[in-house]
Amino acid sequence: MSIRTPTPSIFRPSKAIDQSVLTENRALVEVINRRGVLRGAVSLGALTMLTGCDVSEDDSVQKALRTVSAWNDGVQEAIFRPDHLARTFSASQVAKPPRFNAHFSIDEVKPVDGASWNLELAGRIGDKRPWTAQRIYQLPEQEIIIRHICVEGWDYIGQWSGPNLRAFLERVGADLTAKYVYFICNDDYTESIDMATALHPQTILATKYANEVIADPFGYPLRLRTSTKLGYKNAKWIKAIEVTNDFRETFWSKQGFNWFAGI
Amino acid sequence: MSAPAVESRTRKEHRLHPLPLRIMHWINAVAIFIMIGSGWKIYNDDAIFSVLRFPDAVVIGKWAQYGLQWHFFGMWIFVLNGLAYLSYGVASGRFWQKLFPISLREILTTVGDALRFRLGHDDLTHYNAVQKILYLGVMLIGILIVISGLALWKPVQFSELANLFGNFQTIRLVHFFCMSAIVAFILIHVTLALLVPKSLVAMVTGGPTIDDGKPPGAVAPPIEATH
Repeated sequence: MSIRTPTPSIFRPSKAIDQSVLTENRALVEVINRRGVLRGAVSLGALTMLTGCDVSEDDSVQKALRTVSAWNDGVQEAIFRPDHLARTFSASQVAKPPRFNAHFSIDEVKPVDGASWNLELAGRIGDKRPWTAQRIYQLPEQEIIIRHICVEGWDYIGQWSGPNLRAFLERVGADLTAKYVYFICNDDYTESIDMATALHPQTILATKYANEVIADPFGYPLRLRTSTKLGYKNAKWIKAIEVTNDFRETFWSKQGFNWFAGI
Repeated sequence: MSAPAVESRTRKEHRLHPLPLRIMHWINAVAIFIMIGSGWKIYNDDAIFSVLRFPDAVVIGKWAQYGLQWHFFGMWIFVLNGLAYLSYGVASGRFWQKLFPISLREILTTVGDALRFRLGHDDLTHYNAVQKILYLGVMLIGILIVISGLALWKPVQFSELANLFGNFQTIRLVHFFCMSAIVAFILIHVTLALLVPKSLVAMVTGGPTIDDGKPPGAVAPPIEATH
C-alpha cells in the first residue's frame, strides 16, 4: 500500500518549538545545591512538625524536593541494568481486561481513528517518514507478559505484544547514542524515557493485549510497554516519537512526579 | 610496653550518650517522622486495607507527588544516618555492652517487675531486658523496612531481593507491618521517655558520665530501687 501523505506535522511548525519550558526547568535540574537541600531538610522537617501544615508547595521547598528528585533520577540511571530482564509470567496469570488508569476517567477516553492515524517521527532519526497503523501492525511482534506497577501501589500482570522499540529505532535510523526518546500522545500527554530503557529487550511499542488489538482505553493504536518503568511512563495513544539529547519535563514530571520512575 | 596505653584507653570516661550518638538519634527522629508521614500519604493512594486510610491532618504532602518527593528524600537521611548509627554502635562496642546478653530469666524478672510497677529507672546506664529487646528489635525492623523499601522501589533492578518476598503486594505488606511496628515502638518509647524525663534530658545533654573501665552499672546501683 502507498504511504499516506501526512497531515501537517506538529514537528514541522512554522516556528521552532517553544523552548521556555526547557530553559526554565533545566536550571532546576542542573542546580544541585546539596547544602541547600540539607538545610531545607532539617529546618523544614522541623517546621512541619511544629505547625502541622503542609510546606511542600512552598517554592523553596518544592525546589529542594525536586532537586533531590533529579538527583534520584541520576541514581536510578546509575543502578539500571540494561540487560537484566524483569520476571515474566504465564498467559493464565494475565488480567483481562487490563486495569485502566489516566488523569481522566475511562468514559472520557477519545478513541483514535486508526485509519487516519499516523506515527510521526522527529529529532535524531534518519528516516522520518511517518508510519501508518497498517505498516506498524505488519512489523515483527514481540510478546511480553510482565507486571505493571502503578506509582499508586497496585499492580497486575499484562500480556503485551508489538514491535520491539530497539528494533524499530534501528529500522528508522535513529541515533541510539542520543539521550532520550520522547512520546507525544493524542491526549496531549507527553512522556520520555532514557535511551538505555528504550533499548532494553523488554521495551516494546505495544499494539496488542492478550493477542487482541489493544482496546481504546488502553492506548489503541500504539502505546509503550516497558518492564522497567512505573505505569505512567508507558505512554498511550502515541502519535509522535522524537529522539533527542534535550531534556524536557513531561506530563507528570511537571506535576512533581519523579521523571526516571524506574522499577 | 603497650599495656598502660591500653589501660588508659579503656578507663576513658565518656557521657552515657556521646555527642555523635545524640546527633544521630535526633536526625533519625526527623527522618522517621518524614518517612512515616509521607509513607501514609503514599499508602492512601491505594489502601492495602480498605478500612484504613490516614487522615489528611497526619500525612505529609498535600498531593501524592509531594508525599513521594518527601519519601524519596527522607530515605537518604534515614538510610545514611542509620548506617552511620549502626556502624558507630558496632565499632564503639556500645551495642554489645548495652544490649547483650539478654537472658530469659532477666526477661521474666523484668516483665514481672513491670507488671507489679516495681521497675526501677534510677540507673539510666543500664537497660533492662525489655528495653534490650525493644531496641534490638526496632533496629532489626529498621533494617527490614529498608530492605523491603528497596524491593518496592526497584522490584526489577533488585529482583533478587524482591523475589525473596514473593509478589509485589507482599513486599508492600511487609513494608507496612514494619512501619506499624516502628509506630508501636515510638508510642512506647516516647511514653516511657516522658514518664522518666531524665532519660529524655540525657538524650539531649548526654546524661551521666560513665567510666568504661568499671563494669556497666557500677556508677549507680543496678535496678534494686523499688517504687
